[in-house]
Amino acid sequence: MHELSICQSIVDAVERHAAGRPVRAVHLTVGALRQIVPDTLTFCWELVTEATPLAGSQLVVDHVAAVVRCLPCNRRQTLTEMNLVCDVCGGSDLSIVAGEEFLITTLELAEA
Amino acid sequence: MGRFHRHDDGHGNDDGYGHGHGDHTGYTTGGERVEVLERIFDENDRTAAANRADLDAAGVTCVNLMSSPGAGKTAVLRETLRQLQDRVRVGIVEGDIETSIDADRLAGFGASISLLNTSNGFGGECHLDAPMVRSALARLPLDALDLVLVENVGNLVCPAEFAVGEHHRAMIHAVTEGEEKPLKYPVMFRSADLVLVNKIDLLPHLDVDLALFHRNLQAVNPGVRVIETSARTGQGIDEWCAWLTAGR
Ligand SMILES: Nc1nc2c(ncn2[C@@H]2O[C@H](COP(=O)(O)OP(=O)(O)O)[C@@H](O)[C@H]2O)c(=O)[nH]1
Ligand SMILES: [Mg+2]
Ligand SMILES: [Zn+2]
Repeated sequence: MHELSICQSIVDAVERHAAGRPVRAVHLTVGALRQIVPDTLTFCWELVTEATPLAGSQLVVDHVAAVVRCLPCNRRQTLTEMNLVCDVCGGSDLSIVAGEEFLITTLELAEA
Repeated sequence: MGRFHRHDDGHGNDDGYGHGHGDHTGYTTGGERVEVLERIFDENDRTAAANRADLDAAGVTCVNLMSSPGAGKTAVLRETLRQLQDRVRVGIVEGDIETSIDADRLAGFGASISLLNTSNGFGGECHLDAPMVRSALARLPLDALDLVLVENVGNLVCPAEFAVGEHHRAMIHAVTEGEEKPLKYPVMFRSADLVLVNKIDLLPHLDVDLALFHRNLQAVNPGVRVIETSARTGQGIDEWCAWLTAGR
């Protein structure tokens, strides 16, 4: 739902980093705890870049799984569902280690 | 941010976790690569921090109120203003206007109200972001206020992603929404510091299993504070107001 406005801010950042050079692909890292629908994001990207210098560039999404660490017993586990309980000690004082990422990692420039 | 200890997006943790920004995409690249490593919410978060700094400088506490449409944000705000009107100087950022009737419902209690038009604009109708709230705050007399309540757009997805500069996040869940919402919208439910279980007056008319709702809620946000409220009978509104004004 908010993918459109997110794409706009990605465009702004990409244009800043590209500094006028032609861009072929934009790589993102998206954590599993982010409420981002990749297909919607790709669709919005086409919409937002249409008739701009970024038209035809590709949005490539790298996914990162959600990983939590139990603070009392230090056990790390990958979440498959939102069940925030340590599977060793049963505690729920967990710290999120991975899964909240949402960043632009690299741009691939097209050969001029 | 609830009970969760946030890490920065992938930076500075020593858990042996890495992104690997190498050439793992599988296609050959003739062109140059430019490393960016920029968090997509950076700009929003910077503006949220500026909002927060302005609020702190004025000694104002700000609470971001979120729910699905119709859970009772405006109704609870109205009862809140009624109860606080002689004690606490309240400002409202109203971001969920369907008709001007919504704003009228909050008038008459001495609160300063700043309306945000979210009904049109670029992708702006599904949540409030920090720049929108910044423009609304500019229209409030912050130095003459103690508390700012933000009525976010009725939506259980997008508002969870956008900090606006609030000190606390409160959610309203209406008992009419059933038991499963925390499991369907865990990101929103786990970001809340407090959950109001509203329309509690309707419980006798429903088959809802409130104990199951509480179990589901605790599974996604262990230990979160819960207050049962009714904007109709006023139940729980005093406890909610005490939470809002705690520490002053
Ligand atoms: N019975 C009952 N109705 C409520 C309660 N809170 C809100 N409502 C009604 O629910 C409807 C939607 O409330 P509103 O405050 O506009 O929801 P919002 O969209 O979250 O702002 C209105 O008809 C309210 O009168 C409550 O505690 N009990
Ligand atoms: Mg409302
Ligand atoms: Zn443990």
